[in-house]
Amino acid sequence: MRRNHTTIGRRLIAAPYLVWAAIFIVVPLFIMLYYALTDDNGVFSLANFATLGRYKNAFLVSILYALISTVITLVIAYPLAYIMTKMPISTQRFLLILVMLPMWTNFLIRTYSWISLLSNTGIINTLLSKIGIGPLKLINRPGTVILGMVYDYMPYMILPIYTVMSKIDRSLTQAAEDLGANRTHVLRKVVFPLSLPGVISGITMVFVPSISTFYISQKLGGNKTMLIGDVIEYLFNLGPDYYHVASVISMILTVMILVCLFVMNRFSGDDEGGAIL
Amino acid sequence: MKTLSRIYLMLVMVFLYAPIAVMIVFSFNSGSSVWVFEGLSFDWYKELVFNSEMLGALEHTLIIAVLSAVISTVIGTAAAVGITALRHKISKSLVMSVCNIPMMNADIVTGVSLMLLFIFFGRLFGLTESLGFFTVLIAHVTFNLPYVILSVLPKLKTTDANLPQAAMDLGCTPTQAFFKVVVPSISSGILTGFIMAFTLSLDDFVISYFTCGHYQTLPIVIYNMTKRTVKPDTYALSTLIFISVFVLMILYNSVQGRSEKKRGESR
Repeated sequence: MRRNHTTIGRRLIAAPYLVWAAIFIVVPLFIMLYYALTDDNGVFSLANFATLGRYKNAFLVSILYALISTVITLVIAYPLAYIMTKMPISTQRFLLILVMLPMWTNFLIRTYSWISLLSNTGIINTLLSKIGIGPLKLINRPGTVILGMVYDYMPYMILPIYTVMSKIDRSLTQAAEDLGANRTHVLRKVVFPLSLPGVISGITMVFVPSISTFYISQKLGGNKTMLIGDVIEYLFNLGPDYYHVASVISMILTVMILVCLFVMNRFSGDDEGGAIL
Repeated sequence: MKTLSRIYLMLVMVFLYAPIAVMIVFSFNSGSSVWVFEGLSFDWYKELVFNSEMLGALEHTLIIAVLSAVISTVIGTAAAVGITALRHKISKSLVMSVCNIPMMNADIVTGVSLMLLFIFFGRLFGLTESLGFFTVLIAHVTFNLPYVILSVLPKLKTTDANLPQAAMDLGCTPTQAFFKVVVPSISSGILTGFIMAFTLSLDDFVISYFTCGHYQTLPIVIYNMTKRTVKPDTYALSTLIFISVFVLMILYNSVQGRSEKKRGESR
């Protein structure tokens, strides 16, 4: 009897959170849906969806850029995480701090610093002109936006891959070696499959912010490339009349992200903690 | 192979730290450009003391970070305890799915949807200015909560569920059992959650941007500065923050390393 009583008590202390989550997580999404499905007078309307065609390009460019930068980050981060796990523990600890430290440095400033480096009269071009090259046009190009994404979200790829890799049981790789596998074999047949959960969470942690960013493209792309995040920010700044269309675009972005996460979740086959849907 | 991997490691670190090096170097520029170095000076650091806009924003940021971290740690820890007590698999996974939304969804959507909520209810109550201190605070608590819950949950899983029961059999009230038995055994998870919440709040730009109104935090002021031309004073402030975070991380790390060693010895 008493035991029952205490578990009910234990469950009850989650109540403040449940109320909070309902009001500030679930209700806002429904209000966004409400805005998406109404016009200025609060009357039901699907007219907001009609203007979507105008933003098709922004959607396509965002998806493309996010895909490219996710792939590049993965290609750079994977070997790095592997190298890190081969270092002595104290070095690993220090490297881990080095990887995390940029995350706690204001990302606006880190992004802006690239302008110092890349602008037409910037540091790199000044150095280049000393050896007789340049000035090269390094900034306000699509590639620069992707560089910014790769740079800003790199730690989010390195960390989960490193965490999973460093937990791989040494006896597994040793067993593979004892059974005659060479280094590439061990990497391909043992390390890689076991590191997949880290890769999956790294991919989602880079892809989601990349597809929805609105600062990087404005600073490094010179307002030439409108990404989906830029469109949302721009429309919300225009005022309440544009909240409806902006809500439609935000809803679509959310659905896209949820679908991605769902697919990714299926891949990893990990139902602990990653309980999306 | 070893030298090759060292070179690779160096290259990635250079990439990660090039902009930060630029930030630090140009914070000492005597000129007002952030890419033409004219000479060494501390003038921009001295000037910070008089920059009331930036200092005010720094104060706002710290207030929001401390308050939101405390509130989300309390609510989140309680939530984690309650979630562990849930027996039905379906209700557990439903709660966890909702919990994950702010963490998984794009920041911009979280920010925008909260802004719409605040404006919607602000209008209902006839407010002209619905965004401000309380809305940023609510927004920060909301996006901090999942990180706290996910830091505490694994600790709860590894503690013996019979321990609080044993404490109660020995005469503790349920509240005493909670604070004397459960909380100490999950304290490292609570601390991690608190630190994550604090740093996330400190660093947040996107969600604050949509929910802060006139209560501007530091990232918002920095954003407005980068819309005009950035002067080395912004770099100076960021350098100071960078150095304090670096020192904090080294300290946290050495404390953690020591406690791990201790645990290893007592085993």
